Amino acid sequence: MSPPLEHDYIGLSEFHCPAAAAANAGGGGAEDGALNLKDTELRLGLPGSEPAERKDEVGLTLGLLPKVFVSGAKRGFSDAIDGAGKWGLTAGRGGSEVEGGKGGALFSPRGENGGGGLLPGHGNAGKDVVAKAAGQERKAAAQVGNSAGSDRGVAPAAKAQVVGWPPIRSYRKNTMATNPSKNKDDADGKQGLGCLYVKVSMDGAPYLRKVDLKTYNNYNEFSVALEKMFSGFTIGQCGSHGIPSRDGLSESRLIDLLSGSEYVLTYEDKDGDWMLVGDVPWEMFIDSCRRLRIMKGSDAIGLAPRAMEKCKNRN
Amino acid sequence: MVGGFRWAAMFPDEVWEHVFSFLPADADRNAAALVCRAWYRLERRSRWRVFVGNCYAVEPAAAVRRFPEVRAAAIKGKPHFADFNLVPSDWGGGAEAWVEAMAEGWPHLEELRLKRMVVSDDCLELIARCFKNFKVLSLVSCEGFSTAGLAAIAANCRYLRELDLHENEVEDNCLHWMSHFPESCTSLVTLNIACLEGEVNVSVLERLIGRCPNLKTLRLNHSVPLERLVGLLHRAPQLVDLGTGKYAAQHHPELFSRLESAIAGCKNLKGLSGFWEAGPTFLPAIYSVCEGLTSLNLSYATIQGPELIKLISRCKNLQRLWVMDLIEDEGLIAVAASCKLLQELRVFPSDPYGAAQPISLTEHGLVAISAGCPMLHSVLYFCRQMTNAALLTVAKNCPNFTCFRLCIMEPHTPDYITRQPLDAGFSAIVESCKHLRRLSLSGLLTDLVFKSIGASANRLEMLSVAFAGDGDAGLHYILSGCKNLRKLEIRDCPFGDKPLLDNAAKLETMRSLWMSSCSVTLGACRQLARKMPLLNVEVINERKRGLPLELQPDNCPVEKLYIYRTVAGPRSDTPSCVWILR
Repeated sequence: MSPPLEHDYIGLSEFHCPAAAAANAGGGGAEDGALNLKDTELRLGLPGSEPAERKDEVGLTLGLLPKVFVSGAKRGFSDAIDGAGKWGLTAGRGGSEVEGGKGGALFSPRGENGGGGLLPGHGNAGKDVVAKAAGQERKAAAQVGNSAGSDRGVAPAAKAQVVGWPPIRSYRKNTMATNPSKNKDDADGKQGLGCLYVKVSMDGAPYLRKVDLKTYNNYNEFSVALEKMFSGFTIGQCGSHGIPSRDGLSESRLIDLLSGSEYVLTYEDKDGDWMLVGDVPWEMFIDSCRRLRIMKGSDAIGLAPRAMEKCKNRN
Repeated sequence: MVGGFRWAAMFPDEVWEHVFSFLPADADRNAAALVCRAWYRLERRSRWRVFVGNCYAVEPAAAVRRFPEVRAAAIKGKPHFADFNLVPSDWGGGAEAWVEAMAEGWPHLEELRLKRMVVSDDCLELIARCFKNFKVLSLVSCEGFSTAGLAAIAANCRYLRELDLHENEVEDNCLHWMSHFPESCTSLVTLNIACLEGEVNVSVLERLIGRCPNLKTLRLNHSVPLERLVGLLHRAPQLVDLGTGKYAAQHHPELFSRLESAIAGCKNLKGLSGFWEAGPTFLPAIYSVCEGLTSLNLSYATIQGPELIKLISRCKNLQRLWVMDLIEDEGLIAVAASCKLLQELRVFPSDPYGAAQPISLTEHGLVAISAGCPMLHSVLYFCRQMTNAALLTVAKNCPNFTCFRLCIMEPHTPDYITRQPLDAGFSAIVESCKHLRRLSLSGLLTDLVFKSIGASANRLEMLSVAFAGDGDAGLHYILSGCKNLRKLEIRDCPFGDKPLLDNAAKLETMRSLWMSSCSVTLGACRQLARKMPLLNVEVINERKRGLPLELQPDNCPVEKLYIYRTVAGPRSDTPSCVWILR
């Protein structure tokens, strides 16, 4: 009888090849041989849109701004981070994206690489994450959360949910989430399924999906899950089965498509306005997001300026 | 005795067909068809109801060709674990191939029931156009269509009797789809739109049900306000099954009394569901019909225990109860005292991801029900703690279980008193319940429980396993036992290649096997596929890193595996994350 395999709840114990390698490579520069960590960084920006500071940060570019926007520069998500300052990102931890299955969340532990860390000024956090990512996603989440301290506007990671467990039908989860009972004593408190389902539609896709925003801690995880969900629809447009990936870890057709063909991720907020995803801190986003739409870039013109105004009005 | 097939010619065909008409069950008809060629020929021409448990098990055209006189078809698509997001969204289960073949070969089709399939608006339009006598459309857990497709059905199916939409994902792009039911439509018996998310034009609905005197089942969606329910009930007092819309409103004594009398006016009401956003205020309005209720679904209502008890204690004839765990042990004890005819109980978690758990729903509730309800045979129970002793008691009290699904929400949870695995408890269940057809396991379990299941669960048809077992032996016990096993679904268990390969032949006697996050390697799947040409061995690998699957080595781990028997060969609509090994 084979020895009991250690299975974390997501069943990932076998798939952590990157972790071990990364732990070794953590100290080295991005240019190091075996594992080019920089290339595993998850990005949705246009190819070539790499502002210098991105080398130090875990960046995530969600959506491109058409040139209409303010300075004309492509404003990636990382720029939004700079602007908003306070709130941070957790680096994608291997396997920590729980909705949408295993893997795919590429973590780019920075270590001392370029002096950055996961978060500006938290150089050691990166190494911690690397060391612990192997099979201990939940602890890693907590530790990153702790080490980042109160700087992070993001709430500490909730207990990681295993995909599809407990076995409750999506329909039930959706329904309970969108029809909260009004006779709860404390609105945010004990009751409720702790999920926040919103519809995601993609222009050209045959039907829409629903995502539970509460299962993600940041834009990074969210974008990975979205890719998974919609890559099936974009396959037809990108042609052959085997798009060569840079290092075997970052192949994602949706990334390529998003960078290549100008899909933009937008959302409808509480006021009914359509905004670009990535403009506001994650917590604020999930608070106000009512539905999502992956639209063609050409349709997104004019969204950005409103976002900026709204932000100003709120603050 | 006349040899060969000649004895079949002793009677004219019509006589045999008449004889076969007394064999409604598929299993019996299948058996009859195997007796001789004459019977095969006769039976196929007289079969008018088919059930296809796996849409990929047979080519649609082949099914249509074999049974040319079919009037009613039921087809299932995705594996059950798709309900819990374990199956990639683009996996398959599209209905087009079937609908097209049926439109071609079964123009007289009257009933179509689809479950877990992807149904496009085009499919719905095809159905609406091609089947002149179409009467029943039932879509359960499907997706891919919109209210525009429903408009086509409403407009064109002149004899529509049942439109049953159960827990589907429906896009709302046609607000007035119900207006497409012509004035001449008076035949509706069932209208279930509970899963629709959009607004419903209640005035149109009122007129529709007003002209359908045979309407028995009406299930509204949450957009229908409570005030309008009154008007609807006045127009359909003959209802047998009602699903309310939103069951909350500003408290108003006049509304309450109008509601109360409207409900009381439905003298035939046997089933109630809906209750979206229900609170204690308007619950008493249904008290007058409680005595007659046989089915009550409060599983979307976050009503607290005391109110639930007040309500359910009046339902002396209840046979089916679906409720949230807010009922707690105390409530279940009350149910056990009042509902002596209870056959089916489902208790759903109100807060499955909650950290702190103030809800007092434990093994005691389950034991109380098992003791108080002698006719209980089907249970779905979500809880957080369990003991072997409790399960032993339940097994002793209820030897007639046909379906036992226990979900202890934290994986690997042992008996909380003895800290032992729950092997003994579940073993007692399978040993005592000789008619058990469906079982779902949870909690801390070793290979021992599988030994019991394999040995005792002779009628078991469907088994769901998660986070259980020690190793290969567990799976081997199941596959080498469980004579009647049809569907096996496993996730996050340390089961590997050996039991699969050792029991390859068993897989052809089953409808399907699902394994995800187990210890199966690609090499074993390849071997299995080579050895068993009548199986489709689907390897699902969503991570897509590195080499394509054809080039991966044999020891490459398989994330998700779906194996099913088929006479159709490999399907042609696999997405990029699915490989069918040959």
